[in-house]
Amino acid sequence: MSMIELQDINVRYHSGKSENHVVRGVNLSVARGECVGIVGESGCGKSTLLRSLVGLEGHWTGSISINGEALGPIRTKDQLRCAQMVFQDPFASLHPRHRIRRALSEPARCMGLPVDDARIAAALEEVGLPASFADRFPHQLSGGQRQRVAIARALIVEPPVLLLDEPTSALDVSVQAEILNLLSDRRDERGLTFVLVSHDLSVVAHMCDRIFVMQNGGFVDELSPADIGAGEARDAYARQLLAASFLEELA
Amino acid sequence: MNGTTLSRPRPMANAWGTLHSFFGELRREPLGFIGLMLIVALILVAILAPWIAPYSPSRQSLSEVLQPPSVAHWMGTDEFGRDILSRLIWGAQITMRTVLSVTAIVGPIGLLIGVTAGYFGGRVDAVLMRITDIVLSFPSLILALAFAAALGAGLGTAIIAISLTAWPPIARLARAEALIVRNTDYVAAARLYGASNLRLLTLYIAPMCIPSVVVRLTLNMATITLTAASLGFLGLGAQPPMPEWGAMISAGRRFMLDQWWVAVMPGFAILFTSLAFNVVGDALRDVLDPRHTKN
Repeated sequence: MSMIELQDINVRYHSGKSENHVVRGVNLSVARGECVGIVGESGCGKSTLLRSLVGLEGHWTGSISINGEALGPIRTKDQLRCAQMVFQDPFASLHPRHRIRRALSEPARCMGLPVDDARIAAALEEVGLPASFADRFPHQLSGGQRQRVAIARALIVEPPVLLLDEPTSALDVSVQAEILNLLSDRRDERGLTFVLVSHDLSVVAHMCDRIFVMQNGGFVDELSPADIGAGEARDAYARQLLAASFLEELA
Repeated sequence: MNGTTLSRPRPMANAWGTLHSFFGELRREPLGFIGLMLIVALILVAILAPWIAPYSPSRQSLSEVLQPPSVAHWMGTDEFGRDILSRLIWGAQITMRTVLSVTAIVGPIGLLIGVTAGYFGGRVDAVLMRITDIVLSFPSLILALAFAAALGAGLGTAIIAISLTAWPPIARLARAEALIVRNTDYVAAARLYGASNLRLLTLYIAPMCIPSVVVRLTLNMATITLTAASLGFLGLGAQPPMPEWGAMISAGRRFMLDQWWVAVMPGFAILFTSLAFNVVGDALRDVLDPRHTKN
């Protein structure tokens, strides 16, 4: 049974003449424990698709189901708990005036889960941070450490699905690999299902089992990590994307 | 990129850090520091008035009417022979009480209305902001006058009247901040773990709006001082024999040419007080508001 099932998802803003059709008829099925990647240039609708899936964006039509449960634009707490998200910018995704302890205890408290210092320490340890970080403020942490906290925050409500919106693009190259490895390890350990959005093909090829190429709001091609390594694609746009990223790596 | 952003902690991360950096920055801003000292001195004077005032503010002495400044009466005496310095010292109490009461009323109301409007948007925003616009379009002194006239003159009425007209700028400011904060990733993340609207408003959004509201409130204190004095001058604020600064100027008006000190001394008191609040507000903005760069 698939974990995530998207059928004919469309997102439109401003109906009528000034209509902006951001996501066009996307179908996607993700198996339990799978990691699916979505690549495409800025503005192709990949982030909007992810936000619709997780419940932050309410303007979609079509059908979304996670873990066998059909979801609407407005979610209950239990439905929200099915999927959590890690955001792109670790400097913007943690409340600047909440200590790490608060950042991690709030999700549990809101979801009605028990939370104590031991739980927080375990959550921090799981993402490779010392328990003493609980008393720090986000501005006392580096970008990579903040992203680890953001991952811990998403995982603390124990969601079966984790949505990753460019989780490493705001980080240094050396830190990127650490974060990706951390994500892979947690996935193996917990049997998580990932949907990873990125514009970085090497990140996607490293992490994902299947990769969808998105252009103008729709999927135009499906690739395997091997395809990306070989630079092969059926669709013209996907080939262009691969070639562009190949050039980038050379430079 | 990470290195530079990291080494400089964000302002308002915690109360102690802010206070510390505030005084650190103030030392580099002599004008703001002088203003702060002036306000601290004024508050001390207001509290210690019974002990430091050389005379009782209402002690009349008809043999000493309209005396110029001398060793016995540093700022001279008024038309009833009352010591002007003592009256100014007691008047500081009235001014401070007015300023602090109005601020305590206006701050929470403005913050609540602004944050609610900015966070919910749509119809809630439209209704709250139209109400704010309506109040904002009244000339504040006239509304305060009408209100004071309707409810009867007095210090309490003056405080309520000024509060009625002083909250809209605060609400607008808080709304603008809330509009920015509600779209941040950390609020999105909080929505994802099911934080209620009330929780988001009070624990996530309002704390981010407080620094700029505090700055605005401090700047507002200058205006409140002036409005209170204006109401006093027109006879609608504190009533005689209370030594209200505006009322003292009003009384001294008649002797302006021959006995200048009667009107000028309270005038200076008002001038320096509102100036001090302005200067401190500016300094606070430099410290608390990262978007406002010093030139």
